[in-house]
Amino acid sequence: MAGKKRSKENPAIQLEVLEKARTGVRGFDEITEGGLPQGRPALVVGGAGSGKTVFGMEFLVRGALQYGEPGVFMTFEESEKDLSKNFATIGFNLKDLIARKLLFIDFVFIERKEIEETGEFDLDGLFVRLESAIDSIGAKRVVLDTLEALFSGFSDEAILRAELRRLFRWLKDKGVTVVITCERGTTTLTRFGLEEYVADCVIMLDQRMTDQVATRRMRIIKYRGSKHGSNEYPFLIDENGLSILPVTSLGLNYTVSSERVPSGIERLDNMLGGGYFRGSSILVTGTPGTGKSTVGAHFADAACRAGKRSLYFSFEESPHQIMRNMTSVGIDLKQWVDKGTLRFHATRPSLYGLEMHLVTMHKIIEDFKAEVVIVDPVSNLASVGSNTEIGSMLTRLIDFLKFRQITSLFTNLTLAGGVLEATEVGISSLMDTWILLRDIEIGGERNRGMYVLKSRGMAHSNQIREFLLTNEGVQLRDVYAGPAGVLTGTARLAQEAQEKAQAMTRQQEIEHNQREIERQRQIMEAQISAIQAQFEVTKEKLEMSVTQEQTVEKLLAKDREAMARLRKADKTLAVK
Amino acid sequence: MSNTENKGQSQNDETDNAAVQREVWELRLYVSGQTEKSVTALANLKKIAEEHLAGRYHIEVIDIRQNPQLARDEQIIGLPALVRKLPQPIRKIIGDLSKTERVLVGLDIKAGKDEH
Repeated sequence: MAGKKRSKENPAIQLEVLEKARTGVRGFDEITEGGLPQGRPALVVGGAGSGKTVFGMEFLVRGALQYGEPGVFMTFEESEKDLSKNFATIGFNLKDLIARKLLFIDFVFIERKEIEETGEFDLDGLFVRLESAIDSIGAKRVVLDTLEALFSGFSDEAILRAELRRLFRWLKDKGVTVVITCERGTTTLTRFGLEEYVADCVIMLDQRMTDQVATRRMRIIKYRGSKHGSNEYPFLIDENGLSILPVTSLGLNYTVSSERVPSGIERLDNMLGGGYFRGSSILVTGTPGTGKSTVGAHFADAACRAGKRSLYFSFEESPHQIMRNMTSVGIDLKQWVDKGTLRFHATRPSLYGLEMHLVTMHKIIEDFKAEVVIVDPVSNLASVGSNTEIGSMLTRLIDFLKFRQITSLFTNLTLAGGVLEATEVGISSLMDTWILLRDIEIGGERNRGMYVLKSRGMAHSNQIREFLLTNEGVQLRDVYAGPAGVLTGTARLAQEAQEKAQAMTRQQEIEHNQREIERQRQIMEAQISAIQAQFEVTKEKLEMSVTQEQTVEKLLAKDREAMARLRKADKTLAVK
Repeated sequence: MSNTENKGQSQNDETDNAAVQREVWELRLYVSGQTEKSVTALANLKKIAEEHLAGRYHIEVIDIRQNPQLARDEQIIGLPALVRKLPQPIRKIIGDLSKTERVLVGLDIKAGKDEH
């Protein structure tokens, strides 16, 4: 389908594009960019128990159910009944498919070289059976599992090889997409050199034991005319069939988001200028008991509150233990588990190998459609792999998470006495935000401090905050940085008290001064009114004397007039 | 040879009325169409039967192209295939029956002949 899509985009290269048949096998179509070569045979090589039959059957079942292509399964090893029973455990109802004419199983029983060969023969029996099976249901897909069983049934290898060559040619002419499973050989790729005939696509399945841990891997050895991933891909076989996860680095071309997601700790959001970036990876490191898990739990809680589906991978504690412990700091994770927003996945790191951890995590993340992932603690994986291996695994995990825009938080334990600004597994460079929790020992106590060591793409506070675990969760406090260093805990409280006292004294002084001003003003005003009163008295006295003088003057003038009248003086004088 | 075209049909070349006390050999020759090999096989079979089992054999030629399910039931892959249904136990040999010695061993004819 990928092939079709591409050719639509660019009609000029249509002829060159190999048509592919989607297998529906999880992850396989991604690494092969579309599936198996359509209308051609592909070889699936692997040892006993490597998953060849499962791959083949899943190819048919998914083809029938998802892509409307019925299939023929020609088995040389197991009877139809055995197959039905075995595949029921991975959820394939073969009987139903057969009844619906979507699947045809033909069990070819080979008697081991008991048949006398009396001259020229061919394998027309096989051809006839195959052809009638294909035609009876209109099959587009065929699986031959394991074709090389023929080599144990016929001794004339020359005839056998000629017939196989004819078979592959015939299958190509028939236009069916074929999967041929083969045993792995010691000197050649396949035990009987079948790769000689099938040149288009060769897939190798493998199961390896490392440190008593089994890992299944798949590798595409050859895919003529198509690009394909060349790495080994770990895969799982579980109740849903086969899952191959292209867990190699996807490259660095993922889109980034500037959307912020709250960390669940308000002051931490402030330190980061608004929260973590969506799709970024956050590393929380610290010595034991510094509250790493709590930071993780806060994040899970905040994410669930915002309706984001969160996954909590625990390599240390059981889900119940985490939930109980977080209740003590006021974080109720159980409500989210009950609502289905939060899922815990607790495993012992030693349960299986790193690759399997990665594959399992991939699968769970995909199944759950997680938007937030917490891994607590990533350092515990060190017990199952070397640092390089863990580094490589985490690179792939983080690439995958970023590609999916999943915000992830990893906690990492730093051993007491170790270098704080370093992670044992060397993962810090992969991380966008690095929060360091550390103990600060001062004044005979141990307190927690939080720093943001780095945070890509955001202005972040460079200050230490004191980190308190309270009944209401994590709280961050400013710390005092003075000539004596950072003050935390009671030292900080003492400092606070001291400052409070000083402040009080200052306040009192201010009040005192203000009162003094008022008093002075009152004194001044009293003096003013006293002077004023005196002035009034003086003014009255003076005014009174002025009036008296004026009255005397008037009387005198009157007297003078009267006298003048008596002396008969000139009128003019008298007027004057 | 036109006999091979009697697909799935029973075919008596020789009348085996003479076979009294003796067991009748029930032989089935499976072929796919009339190929050179199937023609050769039938000719060889007749020759051998005539020589060793005269009067007490019965040959049935089955073309599996006409009924592929028969090929599944009998687990036929290599062709031509000759199945000795009787006498029991069932024996199966393949090829154009040109190596007579092997046919005799495969069908256990010599022993049968020696016994009686």
